[in-house]
Amino acid sequence: MLLYVLKRVGLALVTLVLLSLIIFFAGQVLPGNAGRAILGPFASQHAVEVLDHKLGVDRPLVTQYWSWASGILHGNLGTSYQQQAPVSSFIYPYLGRSLRLAAFAFVIVVPLSIFGGIVAALNRGRIIDRVLSTTSLSLSTVPEFVSGVVLIVVFALGFKILPVTANAPPGSSFPIQLKYLILPAIPLVFILFGYIARMARAGTIEALESDYVRTATLKGLPRWVVIRRHVLRNSLLPTITVIATQTGYLIGGLVVVENLFTYPGIGTLIITAANHKDFPTLEAGVLFIGIVYLAATLIADILYTFLNPRIRLGKAE
Amino acid sequence: MTAVDPLGPPSAGEISASATTNPVSATGALDVSVGRVRREQLAQLLGSKAFIVGALILLWWIVCAIFASRFAPYNATTTNILSLQQAPSAAHWFGTNNVGEDVFSRVLVGARDILEIAPLATLLGTVLGTTIGLAQGYLRGPFDMLVGRIVDAALSLPIVIVAFLFVVAVGPSTLTLTVVIGFVFSLIIARTVRTAVLQERELDYLAAARLRDETVLHVMFIEILPNVLGPILVEFTVRLGYAIFTIATLSFLGFGVQLPTPDWGADIAVNSTYLAAGYWWETLFPALAIASLVIAINLIGDSIEAVLVQ
Repeated sequence: MLLYVLKRVGLALVTLVLLSLIIFFAGQVLPGNAGRAILGPFASQHAVEVLDHKLGVDRPLVTQYWSWASGILHGNLGTSYQQQAPVSSFIYPYLGRSLRLAAFAFVIVVPLSIFGGIVAALNRGRIIDRVLSTTSLSLSTVPEFVSGVVLIVVFALGFKILPVTANAPPGSSFPIQLKYLILPAIPLVFILFGYIARMARAGTIEALESDYVRTATLKGLPRWVVIRRHVLRNSLLPTITVIATQTGYLIGGLVVVENLFTYPGIGTLIITAANHKDFPTLEAGVLFIGIVYLAATLIADILYTFLNPRIRLGKAE
Repeated sequence: MTAVDPLGPPSAGEISASATTNPVSATGALDVSVGRVRREQLAQLLGSKAFIVGALILLWWIVCAIFASRFAPYNATTTNILSLQQAPSAAHWFGTNNVGEDVFSRVLVGARDILEIAPLATLLGTVLGTTIGLAQGYLRGPFDMLVGRIVDAALSLPIVIVAFLFVVAVGPSTLTLTVVIGFVFSLIIARTVRTAVLQERELDYLAAARLRDETVLHVMFIEILPNVLGPILVEFTVRLGYAIFTIATLSFLGFGVQLPTPDWGADIAVNSTYLAAGYWWETLFPALAIASLVIAINLIGDSIEAVLVQ
């Protein structure tokens, strides 16, 4: 068990290093000349060279990667081209706001989708199953900003019951702040609902068809006891993995939703940085998204191991 | 681990009951039976309501992509300062936007770029991903390990973010979008193909091919490839849906199709700033267009998957 966890953590670290290489490649190698990109085509060659030297992009690539990566390990995320300040001095509040929106969406979607999946499984093949499956599948394929637009038009402009932006007036109480986050959270919920519900449905159906459930039914247990005690405990195991994997995508969806609702989170920060060719900020933001995702999958794997007695007790391969 | 395939369409179980022929076992049999299986699958596909609805919507957008610039009521990029932000009316069915362009015409013509880039990118991704996956699954060893790690690392970010990062670095253009999305998707497709190849690897026909001393390329593309075409076709339709999702999203973020070219995602990005002022039509209609297209592709993909994977 401990060996497995250590191995899993090691693997995640290798992936993280590779991810940092990919981000470094995209952010610092592909764009070519950073000084030229910032100063534009009409700046003198001398000015470009001076700026390149100041930014440190005229050094060999290996040196650049090393100083970037080791800087991150020391909490130094680089200096923003645009803000002329260390990225670490302003990025954390953005990250915090994103996590708040993500957590809100998460709290809504997890119970809702598990419930939906179980209801669909218990009514397998009936109309309610078809409606749930088709609707959730369709919703999860529509980009977040598309469903967001429809929601704004219906609930903010049509019924006028929710605000158009995600930003509550300064000094608002917590419930008011949450009210502003409802509309931005729903597109994220739509995307995740389909995946989690589908997994919960598949897990429930598998458990329902198992011998132990048949035994439990045959020995005369009431149906709801069978479902609660025998079906749910087993069906939710694979669902946990999907939930964690989807957390990463939730963060990805944030980029889009934050942009639509002008919410100052990590997504808005990344887009602004991209528009200003502020690569240090962009790289730091994307790296954070990668770290959150890797951490989520790691926790899911370990949790899964812990919850599954076959692996926990070391009997499985 | 799970007996029920979690990634298969929920309806697959219901549909599979009607078909009894297993395409995998038939492939090795006589050519006649292969043809019959294909015809049966096609008939099954055409009998599926979801497939027909999806195909009709897709067909509509393809017609728009090719001919809309001729039958659209207005020129999609003609601005008119005398009719800015007009609500939908008989003259402008979907209203006009902030520079007086006809929203209906822009929605029709807006199908063009996305329906050009998405299939090309998906095709590139499928060809590339199939090649990588075949090599990974058949060769195994250090190559498989190395590629596998890189795939894992790249996929530890949401696809949209990876594509976004590279498009920002290189600069948005039709070519960049196609290549970047194609490359990113090839990683996912490689993973699927690799899994399919691993299942084929131990079968007798491969041992026979090895004994005949066939070249690696021959074994990969002539022996294995035809047997893993099913999952590849499914993967293609699924990725096509995601390609549209990704392109629309990148355009919305300002790094996809560039204005003034009519494009749904880019139009939504610009017009959504006027939503708060109540100008809903110029944003809502392109949004509905994207929704109809992705849902159509997914209906088609699900139907194909239900017929092929049984």
